[in-house]
Amino acid sequence: MPRLRSPLLTAAAALAVLGSLAACDGDKSKSAAMADSGDPLAQYRANPKYKAFMAGEKMSGYVFASPETQAMQDDDFENPGMLAVQDGEEEWSKVEGAAGKSCASCHQDAAKSMKGVAVSYPKFEPKRGKLANIEHRINLCRTEHMKAPELKWESKPLLGLTAYVEHQSRGLPISVKVDGPAAPFFEEGKKFYYTRRGQMDIACAQCHEQNPGMNIGVENLSQGQSNGYPTYRLKWQSFGSLHRRFEGCNQEVRAEPYPRGSDEYTNLELYVAWRGNGLKSEAPSVRR
Amino acid sequence: MRQMRLLTACLAGTAAMLAATVSFAQEIRDANLTPYAVKDYAIEKSLTGKPGDPAKGRQIATTSGQGNCVICHKMPIPEVAFRIGNVGPDLTEVGGRLTAAEIRMRIVNPKLLNEETIMPAYYRVTGLNRVDKKAQGKPMLSAEQVEDLVAYLSTLK
Repeated sequence: MPRLRSPLLTAAAALAVLGSLAACDGDKSKSAAMADSGDPLAQYRANPKYKAFMAGEKMSGYVFASPETQAMQDDDFENPGMLAVQDGEEEWSKVEGAAGKSCASCHQDAAKSMKGVAVSYPKFEPKRGKLANIEHRINLCRTEHMKAPELKWESKPLLGLTAYVEHQSRGLPISVKVDGPAAPFFEEGKKFYYTRRGQMDIACAQCHEQNPGMNIGVENLSQGQSNGYPTYRLKWQSFGSLHRRFEGCNQEVRAEPYPRGSDEYTNLELYVAWRGNGLKSEAPSVRR
Repeated sequence: MRQMRLLTACLAGTAAMLAATVSFAQEIRDANLTPYAVKDYAIEKSLTGKPGDPAKGRQIATTSGQGNCVICHKMPIPEVAFRIGNVGPDLTEVGGRLTAAEIRMRIVNPKLLNEETIMPAYYRVTGLNRVDKKAQGKPMLSAEQVEDLVAYLSTLK
């Protein structure tokens, strides 16, 4: 905080006034914007097309996407994310490592063995002593069972395998658990979500919880749901991970990002997934 | 429910305001930035000691990486109408609603008025968290740019 040169008592009184004005003023500005457009989410709620992309008040990023982007996701032949799924399908049965195994050696047909798996991730992984997301889980399988090196984060084979595994749960509701051993990591993720950061001093919640449906320039703010990830993002012109997206958001508020795969982003991933519990997986989605 | 909470907050605010009857000025010093005095949610004195240039201010209001006010606020600037956001209040007539001194404080650090606001403080470098290396120690706008914006926004009536 900038250094205040007034006596403590006066400062405290000032803070009380400021705080209360804040509540009034904040709401006024909000209702001014509302008067413009009404409830910005009402149009989505009223559209029967979006029923499948909602769970109560939760809305998938699909709802906030343009009709062109939605059409691209809807058609598996148009959806560039399906190419990543195909990459993953090839990786699935590729033998690698000293144990002479592929994913398929243990898990056989992914359509059966992986169905419903990804929607429960991230989860607490005893071998790590912390959370694992799907990428971490794949790399654990490689080092533990295949005796193969870890795949690099955001590499084509890891993105492909992640997409392939996530895709087996497409249409199933996100259902992460946040109690038990996951609880402290969930709390860390939640703290991240509400912490202001960067030169712009903005927390995730301020855009995605307090202002979904409003416009930041040409962008229509979404609820920041992760049920479509990994995604083909038009801005990237490539397929990418949720952690890559987190990094982008951090950079937009001019904050120092964390590494992809880091504990910070994995804890945040659990919190964000929990916010979307009940939304159906769309992997691989298409987003702007 | 929300309205109840709001009412309670406003009542509490009124009580606090009655308690704080003395109007005082606070001088704020933030690292190597020009110090400024805040009184009645306003900064009376120009940060540069001179009036700003409204034409430059209009440019700053639409430029990404500078003020880029239009990303959140409606403003009467037709050439950027397609990329005007609505997260913040409409500024079309802000110069009729607020004095230059009040506008200045809201650009320098709107959190002095509303600590919950999503709006960044444009003239502040300390008390921030995990600022990108490239942006560390730098305010979002220079004192001169703040004054140009104040001059421009004051013309919107």
